[in-house]
Amino acid sequence: MADLKTNLLGFTMNSPVIGASGTVGYGVEYEELADFSRIGGISGKGLTLHGQYGNKGERLWETPSGLINSIGLQNPGVQHFIDVELNEMLELKQKYGTVTIANLGGHSEEEYVEGAAMLSDSAVDIVELNISCPNVKVGGMAYGVKADAAGEVVRMVRAACKKPLMVKLSPQAENIPEMCKAVETAGADAISLTNTFQACAIDLEKRRPVFNNIFAGLSGPAVRPIALRMVWQAVGAVNIPVVGLGGIATGRDALEFIMAGATAVQVGAANFANPRAMETVAQEMEAWMDAHGVKTLDEIRGCARNAE
Amino acid sequence: MRAACCEATVLRNEVIAPDIRLLTAVWRDHDHAPHAGQFFTLRAWGADEAPFLSRPISVHRWNPESGTIEFLYQVVGEGTEKIAQLKMKDTFQLTGPMGNGFDVPEILSKYKKIAVVGGGIGTAPMFQLTRELAAGGVKPDVFFGFRDTPYCMEEYRSIANLVKVSTDTGAVGFHGFVTQLYDPADYDVVLVCGPTVMMKNAARLCAEKGTPCFVSMEKKMACGIGACLGCTCETKGGEGKSVCKNGPVFDATEVFF
Repeated sequence: MADLKTNLLGFTMNSPVIGASGTVGYGVEYEELADFSRIGGISGKGLTLHGQYGNKGERLWETPSGLINSIGLQNPGVQHFIDVELNEMLELKQKYGTVTIANLGGHSEEEYVEGAAMLSDSAVDIVELNISCPNVKVGGMAYGVKADAAGEVVRMVRAACKKPLMVKLSPQAENIPEMCKAVETAGADAISLTNTFQACAIDLEKRRPVFNNIFAGLSGPAVRPIALRMVWQAVGAVNIPVVGLGGIATGRDALEFIMAGATAVQVGAANFANPRAMETVAQEMEAWMDAHGVKTLDEIRGCARNAE
Repeated sequence: MRAACCEATVLRNEVIAPDIRLLTAVWRDHDHAPHAGQFFTLRAWGADEAPFLSRPISVHRWNPESGTIEFLYQVVGEGTEKIAQLKMKDTFQLTGPMGNGFDVPEILSKYKKIAVVGGGIGTAPMFQLTRELAAGGVKPDVFFGFRDTPYCMEEYRSIANLVKVSTDTGAVGFHGFVTQLYDPADYDVVLVCGPTVMMKNAARLCAEKGTPCFVSMEKKMACGIGACLGCTCETKGGEGKSVCKNGPVFDATEVFF
Protein backbone atom coordinates (compact mmCIF):
# COMPACT_ATOMS: atom_id res chain seq x y z
CA MET A 1 0.00 0.00 0.00
CA ALA A 2 1.37 3.38 -0.99
CA ASP A 3 2.32 5.76 1.80
CA LEU A 4 0.92 9.24 1.29
CA LYS A 5 2.61 10.73 4.33
CA THR A 6 4.06 14.10 3.44
CA ASN A 7 6.45 16.37 5.27
CA LEU A 8 5.62 20.03 5.01
CA LEU A 9 7.77 22.53 6.91
CA GLY A 10 8.61 19.99 9.59
CA PHE A 11 5.09 18.65 9.99
CA THR A 12 4.28 15.10 9.00
CA MET A 13 0.90 15.11 7.28
CA ASN A 14 -1.45 12.13 6.75
CA SER A 15 -1.44 12.93 3.07
CA PRO A 16 -0.40 15.81 0.81
CA VAL A 17 -4.05 16.92 0.61
CA ILE A 18 -4.85 20.17 2.38
CA GLY A 19 -8.27 21.82 2.48
CA ALA A 20 -7.86 25.17 0.71
CA SER A 21 -8.61 28.38 2.55
CA GLY A 22 -12.10 29.72 2.07
CA THR A 23 -13.67 26.44 1.01
CA VAL A 24 -13.57 24.34 4.17
CA GLY A 25 -14.37 26.87 6.89
CA TYR A 26 -12.16 25.89 9.81
CA GLY A 27 -12.40 22.18 9.01
CA VAL A 28 -15.01 21.19 11.58
CA GLU A 29 -17.80 21.90 9.13
CA TYR A 30 -16.62 18.91 7.06
CA GLU A 31 -15.75 16.61 9.94
CA GLU A 32 -18.75 14.29 9.58
CA LEU A 33 -18.65 14.36 5.80
CA ALA A 34 -15.07 13.42 5.01
CA ASP A 35 -12.54 10.97 6.47
CA PHE A 36 -10.08 13.36 8.09
CA SER A 37 -7.51 10.65 8.70
CA ARG A 38 -6.78 10.96 4.97
CA ILE A 39 -6.48 14.73 5.05
CA GLY A 40 -3.10 16.35 5.59
CA GLY A 41 -4.13 19.74 6.82
CA ILE A 42 -6.74 22.44 6.87
CA SER A 43 -6.12 26.01 5.84
CA GLY A 44 -8.77 28.03 7.64
CA LYS A 45 -10.91 30.78 6.17
CA GLY A 46 -8.84 33.88 5.39
CA LEU A 47 -8.45 36.17 8.40
CA THR A 48 -7.92 39.88 8.70
CA LEU A 49 -6.74 41.65 11.85
CA HIS A 50 -10.20 43.01 12.48
CA GLY A 51 -13.25 40.94 11.58
CA GLN A 52 -15.25 42.04 8.56
CA TYR A 53 -18.60 41.40 6.92
CA GLY A 54 -17.23 40.82 3.45
CA ASN A 55 -18.86 41.85 0.20
CA LYS A 56 -22.47 42.78 -0.33
CA GLY A 57 -24.50 41.64 -3.30
CA GLU A 58 -24.00 38.43 -5.23
CA ARG A 59 -21.20 36.25 -3.89
CA LEU A 60 -21.40 33.11 -6.04
CA TRP A 61 -21.70 32.52 -9.78
CA GLU A 62 -21.32 29.22 -11.58
CA THR A 63 -19.30 28.95 -14.78
CA PRO A 64 -18.41 25.99 -16.99
CA SER A 65 -16.20 23.80 -14.75
CA GLY A 66 -15.87 26.46 -12.14
CA LEU A 67 -17.19 28.99 -9.74
CA ILE A 68 -16.63 32.71 -9.41
CA ASN A 69 -16.76 33.97 -5.85
CA SER A 70 -16.82 37.37 -4.26
CA ILE A 71 -16.89 36.61 -0.55
CA GLY A 72 -14.57 39.47 0.37
CA LEU A 73 -12.76 37.87 3.31
CA GLN A 74 -15.73 37.65 5.64
CA ASN A 75 -14.11 36.57 8.91
CA PRO A 76 -14.30 37.01 12.68
CA GLY A 77 -10.87 38.66 13.06
CA VAL A 78 -7.56 37.23 14.29
CA GLN A 79 -8.30 37.49 18.03
CA HIS A 80 -11.68 35.75 17.70
CA PHE A 81 -10.02 33.07 15.61
CA ILE A 82 -7.40 32.48 18.29
CA ASP A 83 -10.06 32.38 21.02
CA VAL A 84 -12.62 30.19 19.24
CA GLU A 85 -12.06 28.70 15.79
CA LEU A 86 -8.42 27.76 16.37
CA ASN A 87 -9.45 25.54 19.26
CA GLU A 88 -11.82 23.68 16.94
CA MET A 89 -9.00 23.22 14.44
CA LEU A 90 -6.69 21.98 17.19
CA GLU A 91 -9.31 19.44 18.25
CA LEU A 92 -9.34 18.12 14.70
CA LYS A 93 -5.56 17.98 14.80
CA GLN A 94 -5.65 16.02 18.01
CA LYS A 95 -8.20 13.55 16.61
CA TYR A 96 -6.89 13.11 13.09
CA GLY A 97 -3.47 14.73 12.90
CA THR A 98 -4.55 17.41 10.42
CA VAL A 99 -2.01 20.23 10.34
CA THR A 100 -3.49 23.58 11.35
CA ILE A 101 -2.89 26.43 8.94
CA ALA A 102 -4.06 29.99 9.58
CA ASN A 103 -4.59 32.04 6.44
CA LEU A 104 -3.93 35.74 6.99
CA GLY A 105 -4.96 38.56 4.69
CA GLY A 106 -4.67 42.28 5.29
CA HIS A 107 -5.51 45.78 4.15
CA SER A 108 -2.14 47.33 4.97
CA GLU A 109 1.39 46.26 5.92
CA GLU A 110 0.68 47.26 9.51
CA GLU A 111 -2.38 45.00 9.63
CA TYR A 112 -0.45 42.07 8.16
CA VAL A 113 2.33 42.51 10.70
CA GLU A 114 0.03 42.86 13.70
CA GLY A 115 -2.06 39.85 12.67
CA ALA A 116 1.04 37.75 12.01
CA ALA A 117 2.51 38.69 15.39
CA MET A 118 -0.66 37.52 17.12
CA LEU A 119 -0.70 34.24 15.19
CA SER A 120 3.00 33.83 15.96
CA ASP A 121 2.13 33.55 19.66
CA SER A 122 -0.81 31.17 19.03
CA ALA A 123 -0.91 27.39 18.64
CA VAL A 124 -1.25 27.36 14.82
CA ASP A 125 1.27 25.21 12.97
CA ILE A 126 1.74 27.27 9.83
CA VAL A 127 0.79 30.79 8.78
CA GLU A 128 -0.31 31.09 5.16
CA LEU A 129 0.10 34.70 4.15
CA ASN A 130 -2.59 35.65 1.67
CA ILE A 131 -1.25 38.37 -0.58
CA SER A 132 -3.58 37.36 -3.33
CA CYS A 133 -7.24 37.88 -2.48
CA PRO A 134 -8.91 39.40 -5.54
CA ASN A 135 -11.99 40.39 -3.60
CA VAL A 136 -10.91 43.17 -1.30
CA LYS A 137 -10.34 46.58 -2.79
CA VAL A 138 -7.43 47.74 -0.68
CA GLY A 139 -4.43 45.51 -0.09
CA GLY A 140 -4.83 41.81 -0.55
CA MET A 141 -4.05 41.29 -4.17
CA ALA A 142 -2.22 44.62 -4.53
CA TYR A 143 0.74 42.86 -2.92
CA GLY A 144 0.22 39.87 -5.13
CA VAL A 145 0.89 41.64 -8.43
CA LYS A 146 4.23 43.39 -7.90
CA ALA A 147 7.21 41.34 -6.75
CA ASP A 148 8.74 44.36 -4.92
CA ALA A 149 5.57 45.01 -2.91
CA ALA A 150 5.21 41.30 -2.11
CA GLY A 151 8.83 41.05 -0.98
CA GLU A 152 8.40 44.06 1.28
CA VAL A 153 5.28 42.78 3.07
CA VAL A 154 6.75 39.28 3.43
CA ARG A 155 9.95 40.76 4.92
CA MET A 156 7.92 42.72 7.50
CA VAL A 157 5.73 39.76 8.38
CA ARG A 158 8.74 37.45 8.57
CA ALA A 159 10.30 39.69 11.19
CA ALA A 160 7.12 39.56 13.28
CA CYS A 161 6.27 35.87 12.88
CA LYS A 162 8.17 32.91 14.30
CA LYS A 163 5.83 30.35 12.74
CA PRO A 164 6.63 28.65 9.46
CA LEU A 165 5.46 31.09 6.81
CA MET A 166 3.82 29.97 3.57
CA VAL A 167 3.02 32.76 1.13
CA LYS A 168 -0.05 32.28 -1.07
CA LEU A 169 0.44 33.83 -4.46
CA SER A 170 -1.94 35.27 -6.98
CA PRO A 171 -2.09 34.14 -10.59
CA GLN A 172 -2.30 37.85 -11.35
CA ALA A 173 1.38 38.26 -10.42
CA GLU A 174 3.18 40.11 -13.22
CA ASN A 175 5.89 37.48 -13.36
CA ILE A 176 5.53 34.22 -11.45
CA PRO A 177 9.23 33.23 -11.20
CA GLU A 178 10.25 36.73 -10.10
CA MET A 179 7.43 36.85 -7.58
CA CYS A 180 8.46 33.48 -6.17
CA LYS A 181 12.08 34.52 -5.86
CA ALA A 182 11.11 37.78 -4.19
CA VAL A 183 9.09 36.10 -1.46
CA GLU A 184 11.73 33.42 -0.97
CA THR A 185 14.42 36.06 -0.56
CA ALA A 186 12.18 37.94 1.86
CA GLY A 187 12.06 34.90 4.12
CA ALA A 188 9.09 32.77 3.09
CA ASP A 189 9.42 29.12 4.12
CA ALA A 190 7.03 27.87 1.47
CA ILE A 191 4.85 29.10 -1.38
CA SER A 192 1.28 28.12 -2.18
CA LEU A 193 -0.29 28.94 -5.52
CA THR A 194 -2.57 29.77 -7.05
CA ASN A 195 -5.31 31.79 -5.46
CA THR A 196 -8.37 32.46 -7.62
CA PHE A 197 -8.14 34.02 -11.06
CA GLN A 198 -9.63 37.45 -11.51
CA ALA A 199 -12.80 37.04 -13.54
CA CYS A 200 -16.04 38.72 -14.47
CA ALA A 201 -19.64 37.86 -15.23
CA ILE A 202 -22.52 39.90 -16.60
CA ASP A 203 -26.13 39.33 -15.63
CA LEU A 204 -27.96 39.65 -18.96
CA GLU A 205 -31.40 40.25 -17.47
CA LYS A 206 -30.13 43.02 -15.20
CA ARG A 207 -27.70 44.25 -17.87
CA ARG A 208 -25.02 44.82 -15.28
CA PRO A 209 -22.08 42.98 -13.71
CA VAL A 210 -23.05 40.12 -11.42
CA PHE A 211 -20.72 41.26 -8.67
CA ASN A 212 -20.71 44.62 -6.91
CA ASN A 213 -16.91 44.72 -7.31
CA ILE A 214 -17.34 43.85 -11.03
CA PHE A 215 -14.35 41.48 -10.84
CA ALA A 216 -14.23 38.40 -8.62
CA GLY A 217 -12.21 35.19 -8.24
CA LEU A 218 -12.57 32.14 -10.50
CA SER A 219 -11.68 28.69 -9.19
CA GLY A 220 -12.47 25.10 -10.11
CA PRO A 221 -11.24 22.72 -12.83
CA ALA A 222 -11.46 25.50 -15.42
CA VAL A 223 -8.26 27.08 -14.04
CA ARG A 224 -6.32 23.90 -13.31
CA PRO A 225 -4.01 23.71 -16.34
CA ILE A 226 -3.01 27.35 -15.88
CA ALA A 227 -2.42 26.86 -12.16
CA LEU A 228 -0.31 23.80 -12.97
CA ARG A 229 1.83 25.84 -15.36
CA MET A 230 2.41 28.42 -12.62
CA VAL A 231 3.27 25.74 -10.06
CA TRP A 232 5.76 24.32 -12.55
CA GLN A 233 7.32 27.77 -12.88
CA ALA A 234 7.38 28.25 -9.11
CA VAL A 235 9.11 24.94 -8.47
CA GLY A 236 11.73 25.89 -11.05
CA ALA A 237 12.29 29.30 -9.50
CA VAL A 238 12.80 28.56 -5.80
CA ASN A 239 14.29 26.05 -3.40
CA ILE A 240 11.52 26.22 -0.79
CA PRO A 241 8.51 23.85 -0.89
CA VAL A 242 5.69 24.72 -3.26
CA VAL A 243 2.11 23.75 -2.43
CA GLY A 244 -0.01 23.55 -5.56
CA LEU A 245 -3.67 24.36 -5.90
CA GLY A 246 -6.16 25.40 -8.52
CA GLY A 247 -9.04 23.20 -9.63
CA ILE A 248 -7.78 19.92 -8.17
CA ALA A 249 -10.72 17.52 -7.94
CA THR A 250 -9.28 14.04 -8.48
CA GLY A 251 -6.25 11.99 -7.54
CA ARG A 252 -4.91 12.31 -11.07
CA ASP A 253 -5.18 16.10 -10.87
CA ALA A 254 -3.21 16.10 -7.62
CA LEU A 255 -0.56 13.75 -9.02
CA GLU A 256 0.03 16.14 -11.92
CA PHE A 257 0.98 18.84 -9.42
CA ILE A 258 3.18 16.41 -7.47
CA MET A 259 4.96 15.32 -10.67
CA ALA A 260 5.46 19.00 -11.49
CA GLY A 261 7.33 19.22 -8.20
CA ALA A 262 4.73 20.34 -5.66
CA THR A 263 5.36 19.16 -2.10
CA ALA A 264 1.65 19.10 -1.30
CA VAL A 265 -1.65 20.15 -2.83
CA GLN A 266 -4.76 21.97 -1.71
CA VAL A 267 -8.32 21.09 -2.66
CA GLY A 268 -10.77 23.95 -2.79
CA ALA A 269 -13.84 24.42 -4.96
CA ALA A 270 -14.10 20.65 -5.52
CA ASN A 271 -15.37 20.33 -1.95
CA PHE A 272 -18.59 22.00 -3.10
CA ALA A 273 -19.25 19.46 -5.85
CA ASN A 274 -18.27 16.54 -3.64
CA PRO A 275 -18.14 17.03 0.13
CA ARG A 276 -15.71 14.12 0.28
CA ALA A 277 -13.39 15.61 -2.35
CA MET A 278 -10.34 15.85 -0.07
CA GLU A 279 -10.70 12.23 0.98
CA THR A 280 -11.44 11.16 -2.61
CA VAL A 281 -8.32 12.88 -3.94
CA ALA A 282 -6.14 11.12 -1.35
CA GLN A 283 -7.80 7.75 -2.04
CA GLU A 284 -7.38 8.08 -5.79
CA MET A 285 -3.75 9.11 -5.43
CA GLU A 286 -3.13 6.02 -3.34
CA ALA A 287 -4.93 3.79 -5.85
CA TRP A 288 -2.89 5.16 -8.74
CA MET A 289 0.34 4.70 -6.82
CA ASP A 290 -0.59 1.15 -5.88
CA ALA A 291 -1.44 0.34 -9.49
CA HIS A 292 1.90 1.73 -10.63
CA GLY A 293 4.08 0.29 -7.88
CA VAL A 294 4.89 3.67 -6.38
CA LYS A 295 5.48 3.43 -2.65
CA THR A 296 5.99 7.05 -1.64
CA LEU A 297 5.38 10.45 -3.18
CA ASP A 298 9.11 11.17 -3.03
CA GLU A 299 9.57 8.61 -5.81
CA ILE A 300 7.51 10.69 -8.22
CA ARG A 301 7.71 14.25 -6.89
CA GLY A 302 9.01 16.44 -9.70
CA CYS A 303 9.59 13.43 -11.96
CA ALA A 304 7.98 15.18 -14.93
CA ARG A 305 10.75 17.77 -14.77
CA ASN A 306 13.32 15.17 -15.84
CA ALA A 307 11.97 15.62 -19.35
CA GLU A 308 13.13 19.25 -19.31
CA MET B 1 -25.41 16.58 14.53
CA ARG B 2 -23.97 17.41 11.15
CA ALA B 3 -24.86 16.36 7.65
CA ALA B 4 -24.28 12.98 6.08
CA CYS B 5 -23.53 12.35 2.42
CA CYS B 6 -24.72 9.27 0.55
CA GLU B 7 -25.89 7.87 -2.74
CA ALA B 8 -29.67 7.89 -2.40
CA THR B 9 -32.05 5.79 -4.47
CA VAL B 10 -35.06 7.28 -6.21
CA LEU B 11 -38.45 5.71 -5.53
CA ARG B 12 -40.60 8.20 -7.46
CA ASN B 13 -40.23 11.51 -9.25
CA GLU B 14 -43.78 12.63 -9.95
CA VAL B 15 -45.04 15.48 -12.08
CA ILE B 16 -47.27 17.58 -9.83
CA ALA B 17 -47.74 20.58 -12.12
CA PRO B 18 -46.01 21.61 -15.38
CA ASP B 19 -42.91 22.87 -13.54
CA ILE B 20 -43.39 21.18 -10.15
CA ARG B 21 -42.06 17.74 -9.19
CA LEU B 22 -42.21 15.56 -6.10
CA LEU B 23 -39.11 13.42 -5.62
CA THR B 24 -39.26 10.53 -3.17
CA ALA B 25 -36.00 8.86 -2.19
CA VAL B 26 -34.71 6.39 0.35
CA TRP B 27 -33.25 7.97 3.51
CA ARG B 28 -32.96 5.39 6.28
CA ASP B 29 -30.30 7.28 8.22
CA HIS B 30 -32.15 7.91 11.50
CA ASP B 31 -28.97 9.38 12.98
CA HIS B 32 -29.41 12.11 10.42
CA ALA B 33 -33.15 12.59 10.66
CA PRO B 34 -34.26 15.92 9.22
CA HIS B 35 -36.75 18.22 10.87
CA ALA B 36 -39.00 20.92 9.48
CA GLY B 37 -37.25 23.72 7.61
CA GLN B 38 -33.98 21.85 7.10
CA PHE B 39 -32.69 21.10 3.63
CA PHE B 40 -30.43 18.73 1.71
CA THR B 41 -28.21 19.33 -1.28
CA LEU B 42 -29.07 17.18 -4.28
CA ARG B 43 -26.75 16.27 -7.11
CA ALA B 44 -28.11 14.12 -9.92
CA TRP B 45 -24.95 14.52 -11.97
CA GLY B 46 -21.25 13.77 -11.53
CA ALA B 47 -18.86 15.87 -9.47
CA ASP B 48 -17.14 16.75 -12.76
CA GLU B 49 -20.35 17.64 -14.58
CA ALA B 50 -22.28 20.88 -14.85
CA PRO B 51 -23.72 22.62 -13.03
CA PHE B 52 -20.78 23.02 -10.68
CA LEU B 53 -22.78 23.25 -7.47
CA SER B 54 -25.28 20.82 -5.97
CA ARG B 55 -28.79 22.17 -5.40
CA PRO B 56 -30.17 22.95 -1.94
CA ILE B 57 -33.79 21.78 -1.59
CA SER B 58 -35.95 21.79 1.53
CA VAL B 59 -37.51 18.71 3.06
CA HIS B 60 -41.17 18.38 2.11
CA ARG B 61 -41.77 15.25 4.14
CA TRP B 62 -39.68 12.78 6.07
CA ASN B 63 -41.17 9.40 6.89
CA PRO B 64 -39.07 7.72 9.55
CA GLU B 65 -41.16 4.52 9.44
CA SER B 66 -40.66 3.87 5.74
CA GLY B 67 -37.23 5.53 5.62
CA THR B 68 -38.24 7.82 2.81
CA ILE B 69 -37.76 11.50 2.19
CA GLU B 70 -39.69 13.76 -0.16
CA PHE B 71 -38.59 16.89 -1.97
CA LEU B 72 -41.15 19.14 -3.62
CA TYR B 73 -39.30 21.34 -6.09
CA GLN B 74 -39.74 23.67 -9.01
CA VAL B 75 -37.85 23.14 -12.24
CA VAL B 76 -36.17 26.50 -12.76
CA GLY B 77 -32.81 25.84 -14.37
CA GLU B 78 -30.01 23.47 -15.30
CA GLY B 79 -29.75 21.81 -11.89
CA THR B 80 -33.42 21.18 -11.23
CA GLU B 81 -33.88 20.08 -14.85
CA LYS B 82 -31.33 17.31 -14.23
CA ILE B 83 -33.01 16.39 -10.94
CA ALA B 84 -36.33 16.23 -12.81
CA GLN B 85 -34.85 13.59 -15.12
CA LEU B 86 -34.23 11.16 -12.25
CA LYS B 87 -36.20 7.94 -12.62
CA MET B 88 -37.11 5.11 -10.29
CA LYS B 89 -34.02 3.20 -9.06
CA ASP B 90 -31.65 5.95 -10.21
CA THR B 91 -29.19 7.09 -7.57
CA PHE B 92 -28.01 10.60 -6.80
CA GLN B 93 -25.77 12.32 -4.26
CA LEU B 94 -27.80 13.46 -1.27
CA THR B 95 -26.14 15.46 1.51
CA GLY B 96 -27.85 16.62 4.65
CA PRO B 97 -29.78 17.44 6.65
CA MET B 98 -28.44 20.96 6.73
CA GLY B 99 -29.28 24.17 8.51
CA ASN B 100 -31.42 25.25 11.39
CA GLY B 101 -35.03 24.73 10.50
CA PHE B 102 -38.09 25.73 12.47
CA ASP B 103 -37.56 25.02 16.17
CA VAL B 104 -40.87 23.22 16.59
CA PRO B 105 -40.45 22.23 20.29
CA GLU B 106 -39.60 25.85 21.14
CA ILE B 107 -42.49 27.19 19.03
CA LEU B 108 -44.95 24.78 20.67
CA SER B 109 -43.73 25.67 24.14
CA LYS B 110 -44.38 29.37 23.55
CA TYR B 111 -47.26 29.68 21.10
CA LYS B 112 -50.74 28.21 20.77
CA LYS B 113 -52.28 30.04 17.81
CA ILE B 114 -49.95 29.45 14.87
CA ALA B 115 -50.21 30.63 11.27
CA VAL B 116 -48.22 28.82 8.58
CA VAL B 117 -47.80 31.02 5.50
CA GLY B 118 -46.34 29.89 2.19
CA GLY B 119 -45.90 31.32 -1.27
CA GLY B 120 -45.40 29.26 -4.44
CA ILE B 121 -42.66 26.66 -4.09
CA GLY B 122 -42.02 28.20 -0.66
CA THR B 123 -44.89 26.00 0.49
CA ALA B 124 -42.60 22.96 0.11
CA PRO B 125 -41.08 22.90 3.62
CA MET B 126 -44.40 23.90 5.22
CA PHE B 127 -45.84 20.41 4.92
CA GLN B 128 -43.23 18.86 7.21
CA LEU B 129 -43.64 21.89 9.49
CA THR B 130 -47.42 21.50 9.69
CA ARG B 131 -47.05 17.78 10.36
CA GLU B 132 -44.61 18.38 13.20
CA LEU B 133 -46.80 21.09 14.71
CA ALA B 134 -49.88 18.86 14.51
CA ALA B 135 -47.96 15.92 15.98
CA GLY B 136 -46.97 18.25 18.83
CA GLY B 137 -50.59 19.08 19.54
CA VAL B 138 -51.24 22.30 17.62
CA LYS B 139 -52.97 22.20 14.26
CA PRO B 140 -51.97 25.49 12.64
CA ASP B 141 -53.97 27.68 10.28
CA VAL B 142 -52.40 27.36 6.83
CA PHE B 143 -52.38 30.21 4.29
CA PHE B 144 -50.84 29.62 0.89
CA GLY B 145 -50.50 31.85 -2.10
CA PHE B 146 -49.89 30.65 -5.67
CA ARG B 147 -49.64 32.36 -9.02
CA ASP B 148 -52.40 30.40 -10.71
CA THR B 149 -52.80 26.77 -9.63
CA PRO B 150 -52.36 25.45 -6.09
CA TYR B 151 -50.58 22.12 -5.63
CA CYS B 152 -50.04 19.56 -2.88
CA MET B 153 -52.86 20.96 -0.75
CA GLU B 154 -54.98 17.85 -0.14
CA GLU B 155 -52.98 16.34 2.67
CA TYR B 156 -53.16 19.44 4.84
CA ARG B 157 -56.81 18.78 5.74
CA SER B 158 -56.03 16.31 8.50
CA ILE B 159 -53.10 18.24 10.01
CA ALA B 160 -54.24 21.85 9.68
CA ASN B 161 -57.00 23.62 11.56
CA LEU B 162 -57.83 25.73 8.55
CA VAL B 163 -56.52 25.99 4.97
CA LYS B 164 -56.96 29.11 2.84
CA VAL B 165 -55.53 29.78 -0.59
CA SER B 166 -54.96 32.88 -2.66
CA THR B 167 -53.86 33.17 -6.28
CA ASP B 168 -52.42 36.08 -8.22
CA THR B 169 -54.81 35.38 -11.10
CA GLY B 170 -57.89 34.64 -9.02
CA ALA B 171 -58.17 31.22 -10.69
CA VAL B 172 -58.57 29.51 -7.31
CA GLY B 173 -59.40 30.90 -3.88
CA PHE B 174 -58.91 34.51 -2.93
CA HIS B 175 -57.80 36.84 -5.74
CA GLY B 176 -54.85 38.68 -4.22
CA PHE B 177 -51.88 38.32 -1.89
CA VAL B 178 -51.53 35.57 0.67
CA THR B 179 -50.86 38.23 3.31
CA GLN B 180 -54.44 39.44 2.81
CA LEU B 181 -55.80 36.07 3.99
CA TYR B 182 -55.07 36.54 7.68
CA ASP B 183 -54.55 39.15 10.35
CA PRO B 184 -51.29 38.60 12.29
CA ALA B 185 -53.06 40.03 15.36
CA ASP B 186 -55.07 36.79 15.51
CA TYR B 187 -51.93 34.69 15.99
CA ASP B 188 -49.22 34.12 18.59
CA VAL B 189 -46.67 33.47 15.84
CA VAL B 190 -46.50 33.47 12.03
CA LEU B 191 -44.16 31.07 10.19
CA VAL B 192 -43.36 32.02 6.61
CA CYS B 193 -41.60 30.67 3.53
CA GLY B 194 -41.93 32.18 0.07
CA PRO B 195 -40.50 34.78 -2.28
CA THR B 196 -38.45 37.48 -0.54
CA VAL B 197 -40.95 40.23 -1.32
CA MET B 198 -43.78 38.22 0.19
CA MET B 199 -41.74 37.33 3.29
CA LYS B 200 -40.78 40.97 3.75
CA ASN B 201 -44.43 41.98 3.59
CA ALA B 202 -45.46 39.23 5.97
CA ALA B 203 -42.71 40.30 8.39
CA ARG B 204 -43.73 43.97 8.19
CA LEU B 205 -47.39 43.17 8.86
CA CYS B 206 -46.42 40.99 11.83
CA ALA B 207 -44.16 43.73 13.20
CA GLU B 208 -47.04 46.23 12.97
CA LYS B 209 -49.22 43.94 15.10
CA GLY B 210 -46.42 42.86 17.42
CA THR B 211 -46.70 39.21 16.36
CA PRO B 212 -43.47 37.19 16.30
CA CYS B 213 -42.57 36.01 12.80
CA PHE B 214 -40.06 33.48 11.54
CA VAL B 215 -39.00 33.33 7.90
CA SER B 216 -37.14 30.72 5.88
CA MET B 217 -34.61 32.41 3.61
CA GLU B 218 -33.26 31.28 0.26
CA LYS B 219 -29.85 32.08 -1.22
CA LYS B 220 -27.46 30.54 -3.70
CA MET B 221 -25.21 28.18 -1.78
CA ALA B 222 -21.92 26.45 -2.49
CA CYS B 223 -21.07 24.31 0.55
CA GLY B 224 -24.40 24.31 2.43
CA ILE B 225 -22.64 23.88 5.79
CA GLY B 226 -21.32 27.32 6.72
CA ALA B 227 -17.83 26.81 5.32
CA CYS B 228 -17.66 29.03 2.25
CA LEU B 229 -19.72 32.04 3.38
CA GLY B 230 -21.28 32.37 -0.05
CA CYS B 231 -24.85 32.69 1.26
CA THR B 232 -24.30 35.30 3.95
CA CYS B 233 -27.23 37.60 4.68
CA GLU B 234 -27.14 40.89 6.51
CA THR B 235 -28.60 40.94 9.99
CA LYS B 236 -29.88 43.72 12.19
CA GLY B 237 -26.77 43.57 14.38
CA GLY B 238 -24.58 44.21 11.31
CA GLU B 239 -23.13 40.75 11.60
CA GLY B 240 -23.33 38.50 8.54
CA LYS B 241 -25.02 35.16 9.07
CA SER B 242 -24.95 32.10 6.85
CA VAL B 243 -28.37 31.24 5.48
CA CYS B 244 -27.24 27.61 5.22
CA LYS B 245 -25.86 27.17 8.73
CA ASN B 246 -27.39 29.85 10.97
CA GLY B 247 -30.63 29.68 8.98
CA PRO B 248 -32.41 29.13 6.72
CA VAL B 249 -35.02 29.97 9.38
CA PHE B 250 -34.51 33.31 11.10
CA ASP B 251 -36.49 35.57 13.38
CA ALA B 252 -37.87 38.01 10.77
CA THR B 253 -36.74 41.04 12.79
CA GLU B 254 -33.16 39.82 12.47
CA VAL B 255 -33.07 39.71 8.67
CA PHE B 256 -35.73 42.23 7.57
CA PHE B 257 -35.05 45.56 9.25
